[in-house]
Amino acid sequence: MFRQYLCEICGHIYDEALGAPQEGIAPGTRWEDVPDSWVCPDCGVTKSDFGLCES
Amino acid sequence: MSAAVATPVVTPVVTPVVIVGTGLAGYNLAREFRKLDSDTPLLLISADDGRSYSKPMLSTGFGKHKDADGLSMAEPGAMAEQLKAEIYTHTRITGIDPGHKRLWIGEEPVAYRDLVLAWGAEPIRVPVAGDAQDAILPINDLEDYARFRAAAAGKKRVLLLGAGLIGCEFANDLSLGGYQVELVAPCEQVMPGLLHPAAAAAVQAGLESLGARFHLGPVLASLNRTGAGLQGRLSDGTPIACDLVLSAVGLRPRTELAAAAGLQVNRGIMVDRELRSSHANIYALGDCAEVDGLNLQYVMPLMHCARALAQTLAGKPSAVSYGPMPVTVKTPVCPLVVSPPPRDRPGEWTVEGSGSDIRALCRDVAGSLLGYALTGTAVQEKLALNKQLPALLA
Repeated sequence: MFRQYLCEICGHIYDEALGAPQEGIAPGTRWEDVPDSWVCPDCGVTKSDFGLCES
Repeated sequence: MSAAVATPVVTPVVTPVVIVGTGLAGYNLAREFRKLDSDTPLLLISADDGRSYSKPMLSTGFGKHKDADGLSMAEPGAMAEQLKAEIYTHTRITGIDPGHKRLWIGEEPVAYRDLVLAWGAEPIRVPVAGDAQDAILPINDLEDYARFRAAAAGKKRVLLLGAGLIGCEFANDLSLGGYQVELVAPCEQVMPGLLHPAAAAAVQAGLESLGARFHLGPVLASLNRTGAGLQGRLSDGTPIACDLVLSAVGLRPRTELAAAAGLQVNRGIMVDRELRSSHANIYALGDCAEVDGLNLQYVMPLMHCARALAQTLAGKPSAVSYGPMPVTVKTPVCPLVVSPPPRDRPGEWTVEGSGSDIRALCRDVAGSLLGYALTGTAVQEKLALNKQLPALLA
C-alpha cells in the first residue's frame, strides 16, 4: 500500500504512488528511498518537515 | 542551558551567534547551522512566544478547524534542546551597536560573534475613521491568529481588507470556516502586480462561488460600533455591517532598528548574495531582507538563504542563488500557481482556457518563457513549465 506524506510548512503532498517524475523520482518510490537532498517542490523545505498523512 | 528563558543570563565565555527571530527564517537557519557546527553557542531572541509553527498554515486554519495550539509544532523549550541553543522569548531587542558587536535589550547588552536579523515584516496599517479602529485585526503570526480566532468565535460576518495573496487565502479559508466574507480593496483585480487579470478573474469567481462578496475600488472609510456589532462605511458610501475586521493589506520589511544602527536599508535590509549587510558580522535573511535587490516574502527563497548563510557562518562563505520561484497560492476553491516575470524582462502574454482553468504565459520576443499564471486544472503543468523559467538570481 502506498502512503502519502504532507509538508507541514506549506501543505504539499508527496504521494508514493505518483512519485515526483519531473524531479527524477519514479512513481512507486517509497518515502525512505527519496534522497535526503530532495526538497519540497512548493516551498523548499527538507524531508524532515514532512509527516505521514493519517487516513 | 536548554531552557527557554525570558531574561538574559550570564554572558558565555565564547560569544554566541545571535539570531533575532524565531520564524521560519530564524529556526531554519539555526537548524542548518547546527548541521555544520554543533559547538558555537547559539542564542535566539523572539518578541513572541517562540513556538515553532508554519506561518503559511495560518491561512488554512479555519478550513482545517485548527486553533493556534493546533498549528503549533513545538514549544520553545523543545526547540532550544533540539538546536542546542538558548532562546529568549517575549524579548524585544531595542538597538544594535555594530561598532561594539553587541545589541541591546533595554538596558541589557548582549555580545555577538555574528548577528543575524530574521525579524520579518510587519503589517501595513491603513487609516480608518470611527470609534472601532481597535476591532481591525492583522494576522501576521501565531499570537495574532489566536487573538483573531478568539474575536471571531461565535461571529458570522468578517470584513476583510486587502485583495492580495494573503487576503485571497483568508477569504477562501474564512468562507470554508463558515464566515460571510466581505472583501474590500482599492484595486481593480485580486493580486494586482502579481497576477494576470484573466487568472485573477478565475480566482475571484472561485471565491465568489463560496459566498465571498467583493468590493474592489473603494477603501474602508470608517468603522463604528453599533448595538449588534460593527458598521463599516466604504469610500463610495456603501454601508457594510460586520462583526470583525481582518486587515491583510500587505507587509513591509522591518527596517527601523537596522536603519537606526546605520545599516543600509532600501525596501528591506540590504544584503549581498552572502546575506551580509553593509556592516561586518551582521547578516539578514527572510522577509526583512533585500537580497541583491530582491525582497521576496516566501518560504522557498528563505530556505535557499538559510542553507547558504549556515555555510558562511560555519566558515565557508557561500553565495545564494535563486532558480525560478513560482508561488503556490492556497485558494483551494481555485488552485493557483503564479510565477511573475522577472523585473526588467519585457514580454507578451497569451491566455488560453476558460472558466476556472486558465493558462496565461509570458514570453519574450525570442519565445523564451518568462513567467506564468495557472489556475484550476492547468496547475498540473507547473513542473514542466518551471524547467523553462529563468533563474531569479543566477
